[in-house]
Amino acid sequence: MSTDPHRPGLFTRLARSAWADILARLVALLLVFGFFAAMVDGGKFYTPRNLENLLRQSAVYGTAGLGMTLVIIAAGIDLSVGSMIALSVVAVSWVLNLGVGTGAATIGGDAAAYFVSQHPVLAPLLACLAGVAAATAAGLANGSLIVGLRLAPFIVTLGTMGIVRGLAKGLAHERDIYPPEGTWIGALMDPTLTSKPRSWTLLPTGVWILMAGVILMAFILRYTRFGRHVYAVGSNEETARLCGVPVGRTKLMVYALCGFFCGVAGLMQFSYLGAIGQPVTGAMYELFVIAAVIIGGASFRGGEGSVLGTLIGALIITVLYAGGQQMGWPKWVQEMVIGGIIILAVALDRLRHRRAT
Amino acid sequence: MPPASQTPPTPRLQMRAVRKRFGATQALSGVTLTVAPGEVMALVGENGAGKSTLMKVLSGAHLADDGEMFLDGQPYRPRHPLDARRAGVAMIYQELSLAPHLSVMENILLGVESTRGGLIDWSAMRRRASAAMREVGLATLDAATPVHRLAIAQQQLVEIARAVALECRVLVLDEPTSSLTRHDIATLFDLIRRLRRQGIAVIYISHFLEEVQQIADRFTVLRDGESVGTGVTAETSSAQIIALMVGRTVNDLYPHTARTPGPLLLDLQDLAGRDKPVQASLQLHRGEVLGVAGLIGAGRTEMLRALFGLDPVRRGTIRVGLVQGVASPAQRWTQRVGMLSEDRKREGLALNLSIADNITLASLSGLGPGRLVRPSRQQRACLPWIEKIPIKCAGPTQRLGDLSGGNQQKVALARLLHADVDLLLLDEPTRGIDVGSKAHIYRLIDELTRQGKAVLIVSSYLPELLGVCDRIAVMCRGRLSTALARQDCTEHRLMELATGQETA
Repeated sequence: MSTDPHRPGLFTRLARSAWADILARLVALLLVFGFFAAMVDGGKFYTPRNLENLLRQSAVYGTAGLGMTLVIIAAGIDLSVGSMIALSVVAVSWVLNLGVGTGAATIGGDAAAYFVSQHPVLAPLLACLAGVAAATAAGLANGSLIVGLRLAPFIVTLGTMGIVRGLAKGLAHERDIYPPEGTWIGALMDPTLTSKPRSWTLLPTGVWILMAGVILMAFILRYTRFGRHVYAVGSNEETARLCGVPVGRTKLMVYALCGFFCGVAGLMQFSYLGAIGQPVTGAMYELFVIAAVIIGGASFRGGEGSVLGTLIGALIITVLYAGGQQMGWPKWVQEMVIGGIIILAVALDRLRHRRAT
Repeated sequence: MPPASQTPPTPRLQMRAVRKRFGATQALSGVTLTVAPGEVMALVGENGAGKSTLMKVLSGAHLADDGEMFLDGQPYRPRHPLDARRAGVAMIYQELSLAPHLSVMENILLGVESTRGGLIDWSAMRRRASAAMREVGLATLDAATPVHRLAIAQQQLVEIARAVALECRVLVLDEPTSSLTRHDIATLFDLIRRLRRQGIAVIYISHFLEEVQQIADRFTVLRDGESVGTGVTAETSSAQIIALMVGRTVNDLYPHTARTPGPLLLDLQDLAGRDKPVQASLQLHRGEVLGVAGLIGAGRTEMLRALFGLDPVRRGTIRVGLVQGVASPAQRWTQRVGMLSEDRKREGLALNLSIADNITLASLSGLGPGRLVRPSRQQRACLPWIEKIPIKCAGPTQRLGDLSGGNQQKVALARLLHADVDLLLLDEPTRGIDVGSKAHIYRLIDELTRQGKAVLIVSSYLPELLGVCDRIAVMCRGRLSTALARQDCTEHRLMELATGQETA
């Protein structure tokens, strides 16, 4: 057997390692950031406030991207992400808007009639649970249909994209819900940037949630059987099945987790919207989330991808958007630039991979 | 090696009168087979003889309709491939079953990972995987290497290591050498002998009877879904085995009627490709078959690809008939040149489409009014080829993927005939197909040559080249030797040229 007794050189090994993938993306992020830092007048782009703002803005894509990373590593796709975020947003505000006894409290009605006024601690907690649970249930439904009926993920989630969006709209009676203000969920992303100076937390809670999620998922992917099975299923499903990997259960879990993270992203989106339950929010988000995952180094054919990469991908997209906005680019230019970057990122990746192998 | 005692020990695996039918087709009509521990049993038979169905029954992919199977004396009836794997029956298919993105150790221990406290224990993984890797001769490989970085031969060893790590009792190898070099084959055979000494029963499926003679203790022949004979390889000649396989003696496997070369059709001068070939010159006349021998990776396929416009030409001239210069594949087809790829599954054929679609793919003109294509005419155009070659199928609309390998290859060849090309570039035209189909293809080549067409064949199977060709050139490290007349060639001489020990 022609086993190679010579280990490849240090450079080759570095270029081939997973860290090189992450490093390349960090460099890309710094380049994009540097470009806007230099172009935006008066150094406004790199003030601490703006940096914090970038993190805040990337939190929704980043958090939803955690679940999407798993889905894409497992060679699947989830188009219902935007709808699940909206469902979570609506579910949160629906619970917060519950009136005592009869149910529906009208806008501007007696504040004391609200459930949340009577239980200021319990109600927001229940609202959070409801939002996350609703999205997780939607994710479970995706997984069950894909695994149980053996349908293509693209088709199933194309369908549930509509179904879940409809559910959100129905729950909100096709109107925005304005729950009572001042709950801590609304402050999750610190949307007005005017709240009391944060003493020890430094960053909005939502950003910390994202960070914790990244670390948790990176750990799960690397150190649990479930995590390794996600890669195995995406790399070669038949082989995984033959080797006794519980393929169905793994996929079900992957889509449920995607729903879960969309639910969490929905909490952030709720806060971001100024504590309003908008059933039409998050439209097209699936595309940005997918873009973040792909820029982050995942392959549509499965078996490849990392949550750290996805985080960087989400940051790149946010920097592009925020930078374009602050440069005064019209919206259509921004959209074209981001579209171009996605294609460029994947093309560069392919080129680099071909050279490394 | 074969046990000669009067009371043989309990066989490792025993199949008795196993039957399986699919709809109207009786795929297996009574297969009986035994393998002892520490024995290598070759399973031979034409494609369509039922080997793959038998393997699927053994691996649990299909459930037998009738008959019994025993593993070490215990009834064995797998309902699922995982069942078989757990019972210790490991299959190594031609198409390897690996997760390319995962590391070697993860592939070996897929589904049985080591954990501690619910988390993957990477050091235990490495330890267990390394033990299995040592057994199959992969000791020098880093267990963390992603499998897609390995050569095919090494990937195959990783799969065998997986079987070893699971302490398999029966190892089934399906055409394991089809994409290996000579050196890798020798390594594989050493490994098989080592596993045999450990008491593993090996079922070895191959079309190469030389290999069967070399590695197997006994053989079982399958024909039309039935086991028709079994014996000790050391006491049986290849000719006898072939006779059992085809049910008749193949006297003239290689028909070679008297041919008279016509005018020059292909003239290659100092052709050089991107990487290979380095230098290739040849002349091919109408009514002539020219063979190209050489080791795998010598640059033979690359020469055909450059010639056909699939790869760039760096240097040299190509003249086809009166046309000089490089051309795209589409232009080559209009110059009446057709190519048959060595990889029919990936390059050569569209397995999801019908036979008719595949045959007419290169030449859809004249199948309808104007530039339109009428399905009925498309199908009718294929009927003569289906009959003449012949292609065993339900009709021109049948999905190509449902045919056996040999019949698929005939469809690939029929495409060249339908396009009515004058120059046929055939890359490994009989790789992995059964003897019967081979005979049909050889007969067809002979017939085409008599009609004044020219054939360029690349093959790694020397008896085939010696049987079919008029002249044979040898490619070695990208350089093509001058062609020798076939009466001046011997396998020995060609092999010397291919390995660079002699220059012609």
